Amino acid sequence: MATDVHRPVTAHAVRVEGLTRAFDGRAVIDDLRLDIAPGEFVALLGRSGCGKSTLLRILAGLDRDIQGTALVPRRRAVAFQAPRLMPWKKVWRNVLLGLPGRPERAVAERVLDEVGLGHRIGAWPKTLSGGEAQRASLARALVREPDLLLLDEPFGALDALTRIKAQRLVGEVWQRRGCAVLLVTHDVEEAVLLADRVLVMDGGRIAHEQRIDLDRPRGITDPRFAALRAGLLERLGVDTAAEAS
Amino acid sequence: MSISHAPPSSPEPDISAMSKSERPGAERPGPGPLDLQPVVPAFSRGFRVPRWVRRTTGPIVLLAMWQVLSATGVLTSDVLASPGRIAQVGWDLVSDGSLPTAMGTSLRRVASGLLLGTVIGTGLALVSGLFRIGEDLVDAPVQMLRTVPFVGLIPLFIIWFGIGEAPKTAIITLGVTFPIYLNVYAGIRGVDSQLVEAGESLGLSRWGLTRHVVLPGALPGALTGLRYALGIAWLALVFAEQVNADAGIGFLMVQARDFLRTDVIVVCLIVYAFLGLLADFVVRSLERLLLQWRPTFTGR
Repeated sequence: MATDVHRPVTAHAVRVEGLTRAFDGRAVIDDLRLDIAPGEFVALLGRSGCGKSTLLRILAGLDRDIQGTALVPRRRAVAFQAPRLMPWKKVWRNVLLGLPGRPERAVAERVLDEVGLGHRIGAWPKTLSGGEAQRASLARALVREPDLLLLDEPFGALDALTRIKAQRLVGEVWQRRGCAVLLVTHDVEEAVLLADRVLVMDGGRIAHEQRIDLDRPRGITDPRFAALRAGLLERLGVDTAAEAS
Repeated sequence: MSISHAPPSSPEPDISAMSKSERPGAERPGPGPLDLQPVVPAFSRGFRVPRWVRRTTGPIVLLAMWQVLSATGVLTSDVLASPGRIAQVGWDLVSDGSLPTAMGTSLRRVASGLLLGTVIGTGLALVSGLFRIGEDLVDAPVQMLRTVPFVGLIPLFIIWFGIGEAPKTAIITLGVTFPIYLNVYAGIRGVDSQLVEAGESLGLSRWGLTRHVVLPGALPGALTGLRYALGIAWLALVFAEQVNADAGIGFLMVQARDFLRTDVIVVCLIVYAFLGLLADFVVRSLERLLLQWRPTFTGR
């Protein structure tokens, strides 16, 4: 990418400036500014309807009715809240869907092994459990070797135990791959657990930014973890003092 | 609140009057000997007639009644031939080769009409389903033509195509085109937009999206359309063959009508029903093969 002289050469995986997206005259994203460094894990928090999913869709190139600048790497991949696997294609064909050329089954096998789904490579998507389907969706994103991985509440629909495993998996994959990640979530704990930097979105822009300098792997029992979590919850308008009593 | 679980026989607990008022459990009657009832397993209720026996009893009784009525002369052969006679005539028609020949002719007509109608219906549905301009140009005229009863066009078709095979194929084609068009079109438009978006995010081109997302997603609808189309194809065949035919099952029936042969007519009706069942079986097999990704078709 850096060799392409027609594109601005930056040390960013994402560079957004003055971004505005309006629905029927109402600005959901309003003059937003956002930089993500290569390899950085950024979590985006916000109340529902604050525009965080819209921002992700813009970065994914799915929403182009925008004003302003949004620079993203060419190789990017999305995992949605629903796995969105094509039910008429077996898991490995889903993983390879849209890849250029005629990739071999082994390519899918490798990445499915990475997410621990090698044993379901030939299964129909509708026979997968929720957690398995979400891992297949993650594999489909990873096989593209993205420089930017966009995750749109990928754990939202999972049960509590599966979610913990899936979060751990995403953390491991990120550390191994070293790609930049933007995780959209409404789970503060998840954000503090995984991200280098947590952004809180409000009123169509980034209203608050919190660097998370805790060592990995992080434990939720760490008092500093609890403090960060409480601070972010307060930013989101949740009174943690009431919760503690 | 654990106090409410204390056995009622225990002495009045020594607690303040404040909590006394909120102890509903203390007033409940004690757990005396309960009247227990056994839950009887459902399968142990004696001998039951197997389901298939019960289900075949009705038709057999009906057939027997029919035979009895015919044998006693209540039902004359001018009105309806007896089952035994029908079986005999059916066998004769098969052995002298007239029924297989007629079946072959009729099958050929249905097959060609079905093929043409499926191609035209699918083609039109693709044009109007995949392109907005196609929808604007194609959908309105098709929806208008759809309301014309296709059987009513037989006279016009005879004027246009004469009395050979062409008007018969044309009437079946016309009948088949609309259910195919409607269902394929609805199938295309009913494809989950989330999947289309996912395909887009995977970098699929327009053609790739059509091939990998839209068309497979429209397939269940298309197969439903095919089943409707089959039903209509047989119906159209009956109409087409009873007008100016010189071969086929409908021709056999018209001939039989002229000679008051109710036995031959019933044999032809049975053949129609049998062919319809056969066609349905073919589509079911097709569904099982093409839709095996659906949880209801796990290939068992």
